[in-house]
Parts: sequence; C-alpha cells; structure tokens
Amino acid sequence: MNSATLENLDAPKHKDLVNEKIVLWYFLAALTYMFISMLGGILMAMQLVHHNPIRGIEWLSPGRWRMIHTNAIAYGFLANAFLGAIHWAIPRLTFRPVLSVFLSWAIFFAWQAIVLSTAVGIIIGQAQGLEWGETPVWIDPVALVGLLLLMVNFMPPILRAKGPQYVTLWYFMAMFVWTPLTYAMGNFIPQYIAPGTSGGAIAGLFIHDLVGLFVTPLGWGLMYYFVPIILKKPIWSHGLSLVGFWGLAFFYPLQGIHHFLYTPIPMFLQYGAVIATVAIEFVVATVVINFFVTLWGSGRMIVQNVPLRFFYTGMVYYFITCFQCAMQVTLTFQELIHFSDWVVGHAHLVMFGVFSQWLLGMMTYLIPRIVKRDWYSQTLVEWHFWLSAVGVFVMFLDLGLAGVFQGYWWASLQSWDVSVDGSYPFWMIRLVAGLAMFGGQCCFVYNIYRTMSGPQTETAPSGNLATAS
Amino acid sequence: MFESKAGILLVGGLGFFVFAFVSNAVVPILMYQHMPEQTAEQVVNANLMYQVEDLQRRYPEPFKKYVGEKPTTENVAAMLRHGRDIYVGEGCWHCHSQYIRPVSNESKRWGPVARSVEYQNELQRPVMFGTRRVGPDLSRESGRRSNDWHAVHFHHPKTVSPNSPMPAYPWFFDNDNPSEPNRRGLALMTYIQWLGSWLEVSPTYENYQPLPDVEVKAP
Repeated sequence: MNSATLENLDAPKHKDLVNEKIVLWYFLAALTYMFISMLGGILMAMQLVHHNPIRGIEWLSPGRWRMIHTNAIAYGFLANAFLGAIHWAIPRLTFRPVLSVFLSWAIFFAWQAIVLSTAVGIIIGQAQGLEWGETPVWIDPVALVGLLLLMVNFMPPILRAKGPQYVTLWYFMAMFVWTPLTYAMGNFIPQYIAPGTSGGAIAGLFIHDLVGLFVTPLGWGLMYYFVPIILKKPIWSHGLSLVGFWGLAFFYPLQGIHHFLYTPIPMFLQYGAVIATVAIEFVVATVVINFFVTLWGSGRMIVQNVPLRFFYTGMVYYFITCFQCAMQVTLTFQELIHFSDWVVGHAHLVMFGVFSQWLLGMMTYLIPRIVKRDWYSQTLVEWHFWLSAVGVFVMFLDLGLAGVFQGYWWASLQSWDVSVDGSYPFWMIRLVAGLAMFGGQCCFVYNIYRTMSGPQTETAPSGNLATAS
Repeated sequence: MFESKAGILLVGGLGFFVFAFVSNAVVPILMYQHMPEQTAEQVVNANLMYQVEDLQRRYPEPFKKYVGEKPTTENVAAMLRHGRDIYVGEGCWHCHSQYIRPVSNESKRWGPVARSVEYQNELQRPVMFGTRRVGPDLSRESGRRSNDWHAVHFHHPKTVSPNSPMPAYPWFFDNDNPSEPNRRGLALMTYIQWLGSWLEVSPTYENYQPLPDVEVKAP
C-alpha cells in the first residue's frame, strides 16, 4: 500500500499517536549514559594495562566504575533507548496512544532519577552484590515500581487493540510480564530470602533473564517492526516467527544456572541449564534464517541503508554469540574458558554488538524523522557504523583469544603472574578497540548536534501516517 | 493460544517463567533447607581469631581506635559484615572469585573444592561466587598471606606484586600510611582472612610444583 491509499483509510494520524518529543528525550538520555558507561569501561581497561591516569581517588576507583560501566549500559543506555523506541512502535502498531502522556513523562524523569541514584550509590560504595543488579538495595523497590508503571502505561493500548496482534507485540506483552518478575526475583530473593548456593542459582537466573527476558524480547520485537518497514515487505515466515517467540519463552528462563557451572549448585540443575541453552540455539537459528530470507532479493539495501546495516550486522553478531554460547556452555568448554576474558568478549558482542547496535540503528533511522532534518553528515553516519561494528568485533576476537590463553595458563598451574603478564597485549588491543567504539559514538553525537542545530528540511521523511514508512 | 493475548501473557509470560523459577530456584532452596543459615557471629572461628589477634598486635593503635580493646566474637562479626560490604562496594568480586571448581587443577592450586555448606551464612547474601578471575580465587585465602602483606598490598599492590593490575586502595589507611589501616582496612583484612578459615586444612597453600621443562618467571 502506498501512502495515497492509506490517506483514505480511517487511520489515526501519527501526531495523535506518537509523542515524538519523548522518543527524542529518551534517545538523548540513553546516549548520555552510553558515554558515562564507555568512560567507565575505558578507565577499567587503562587500569588493566597499568596506564590509569587517575589513581588513589576513592570515587574514581576502577572497581566501582566497572559496575557503573555495566549498569549504565543496561539501565541507562539500553533501557532508555528501548523505552524511546517503544514509545514510537507500540502506538503505531496498535493505532492507540499510550495510556497517559503525563505518566510517560513522569516515568521518564523517575527513570533518570533511578539510574542517576544507582550511579551515585555505586560511586559512593553502596553497590549490591548482584551482577548486572548492583543497584543499591534502597533503590531496588523504586525501580520495580517504575517497571510496573511502564506496564500500566503501555499495556492498555495493546489490550484495547482487537484480535490477534503482530509478532512485535507478542514479544512486548511477554516482556512486560517477565521484566518486573525478573527484577523482583533477582534483587530480593538472594538478598533477603535464599542465602548461599540457592541464592547463587537465582542470581544466575537474574543475570540471564535480564538479557533474555528484558533486552532480547525488546530487541527482536523492534527488529520485527523496523526491518519490514525499511525493506517494504513482510517477514518471510509467520510460522518461524511463532517458533522463535515460543522457543524463547520456553527455553530462555531455564538457562540461568549456566553462569555458575561447576559451583556447588546441584549438578542435575547445571545439566538442565546446559541442555536448555543448547536447545535455544536452534530457535535462534530459525529466527535468523527468517530474517535473512526476508532480506533475500533486497541485499543491496544493506549497502545503502545504514539503519538496516546496523540491524543485520547485529543479527550476524547475534548468531555468532548464540553459536558460541552453545559451545561455551558445555562443561568441556567451561573447564577451559570460565572466569576468563572469553566471557567478557562474549558479553560485549551481545550487549554492544547486537542490542546497542540495533538501538543505534533505530536512532539513525528515527532521529531525522523526529527532528525533521536530514543527517548533517552521511560520512559521520558511516564512521559511526564502521567504528562501532569493527571495534566491537575486534574486541570480541581479541578477548576470546585472550580467554583461551588464560584458561590454559591457569589449568597448567603456571604462576598467576604468567596469566596476568600474558594478557597484557590482549588488554592493549582491547583498549584500542574500545577507544574506536568510543570514537564512533563521538561521531554520532556530534552528528546529532549538528543535525539538530541545522535548518529543517522539506525532504526529510517524517512519517505522517501511522502506517507510513 | 499461540497468538492470543491470554496465551502470550499467561502461558508464555507467566507460566513458563514460573515453571523455570520452580525448577531452577525453588528446587535448590528446598534441597538446602537442612543446612541452616549461620550468622556472622556463628562463623567466627579459632583460625580467624588468631588472625585478628595478629592484626591487633601489628596495628595496636588503629585496632584500639576502630575495633576495641581486644577482639571479641561480637566485634569480629561486625568487622566481617563491614568487610563484606567493602568487598562488594569496591567491586573486588568482579576480579576475584570465591569458588574452587573440581576441574582445571583448581584444587591443586587453591585447596579443597567448594561445597554448599560453606555458603550457608549471612555473609553470602547474595553469594560472592564471582564470574571473572583477573586475580586469583580468594575462597582459600585465609592464613595464606600475612596481615602486613595484605596491608601493603591494599595500599599499593605493585609494592609486593610488581605486575599486578589491581588498583590501589589508599583510602583504607590513615595518613596514606600502610601501617595505619583504618576501620575499612581492618574490616576488609578480617574478611579476607576469614575466607577459608573454616576448613580443617586452613591455611591452604599451593602444593603444586612448576613443570620441570617450563621456565617460570619469579614473582
């Protein structure tokens, strides 16, 4: 359908559905935290290569900033950017605005307050001992209320829409149930109810579910939304979409314990987590196949269209991480690579290579439409893509290789210094790769600044109809 | 069911999550019901008291100022709690693990393989397993190194471990002096000296020999 025929439909207008301002504010907040997170990562990377310029200042201790690094990317960048994107996608998919614009803004400011107080809490040394959930314990309940308010704001348009809904909304609906449950489970049970090993099992579930049941459904939901719009054709197979969603829903929550293999957690539970993890890689393969067959015949668009290139690069990386995961989760592999930089490389490819790049692609697509200006510099858009995509992949390969070396040094009972000294060249390359990724984001932010301060253009696509591109 | 809202929300969203929670979280909780959780007071043991008495002898003034006249179960337990908070707040657990695996020669390097009962105490809320080792595992650290080694090491790791990438923690000391640990320094040393002190074999020392044909650089 072209927009001429859509004009005649009785469809709600885009401006009545989407509050573009809040989308933009979420994106800008997200990028701010991306910078804070990356600075924390760089600080820790420089510490490892003995070149940390800041020494002996308590509030700039690399140990604390390492926690800022992960929390700012999870709750600052990913959560904010996803919230911005679903403020665009959900109203347009359901033809209904969110419950309340006032509530949207209230959540926006509340969420920034939560993320900032998390950062302050960690900097002053009040972190909680839960990986990916270092949010100080006194903020946890507030964050949970924030997540529940999100559900209150976004579920009404979905529930009011009649009949079966599009794939994207399956993922979002399930995410609105999973996220508060995951957050409450991980932050409260190991802290207040289950100590020791059983709490460790739950901490494993939390680490994994935060990625698998919060970030992943949002990411794939938005891929199912944006990819067909940009390609101007539907997803190839509805059946495979069903397999992908239900496979994720069933297998993902069962895997968390694979983060703590060879701990005193009961061995049969560890085996179960390994099997569920291997199983989901088959599901992942169906999803990736579905998207690549959808692309079939339009491959040239990858060259021309940077958002689409971000999306499909992310999907390639997603397939790599998941394939890697199916191997590294086996007990044989764990023996060697657990505790090593291999895992750090894996985490960077997932969180930056896949989900952050998808979100950066969405920003590259949406920001010109929101500010009604073409990108100030297409060259900078390209630099942003290449520095991000190549930087993270170099980091992934480098840390993966470092992990194999570290694993063998440890297992062969070399002096501990051997593993630290031997890691030095890998850590140096990691620092360079990280600086490249940082440089990419600098290009992006400068480009946004120049774009927003330039004159509005008539030609920039603004998407006046809910269904238009 | 597969595309209806009720199916997605109740079966996919709630049902599968609860199934996973029961099988992966409630099952281990029930399995460890017979191991009651110990308080910090209950985990204070003779090996640890020996180390704390050593702290008192080495740092009499700071000890008197920040802990008390002499170590008791109560003030040592308070130190353990405080030390654990610092261990968490400083992010120690992101570079040091606290479990020995039954593979990769870990029991040769560090000591006995980790057991569930070791983690059934309030200082393991949440458990400090850790996921990364930049530095070595610490769960068998008790008595392995002396308190003054730890003090100098926290103050400036490179003094005793030249190539260590560990950050310095001068804020654990008064007057930037490794001989004057403050409350935080004393608490963290107490906590570190507690890790593994409950084992019969404590202190555990690395009982491996370097491979004969491999050149190992002296530390």
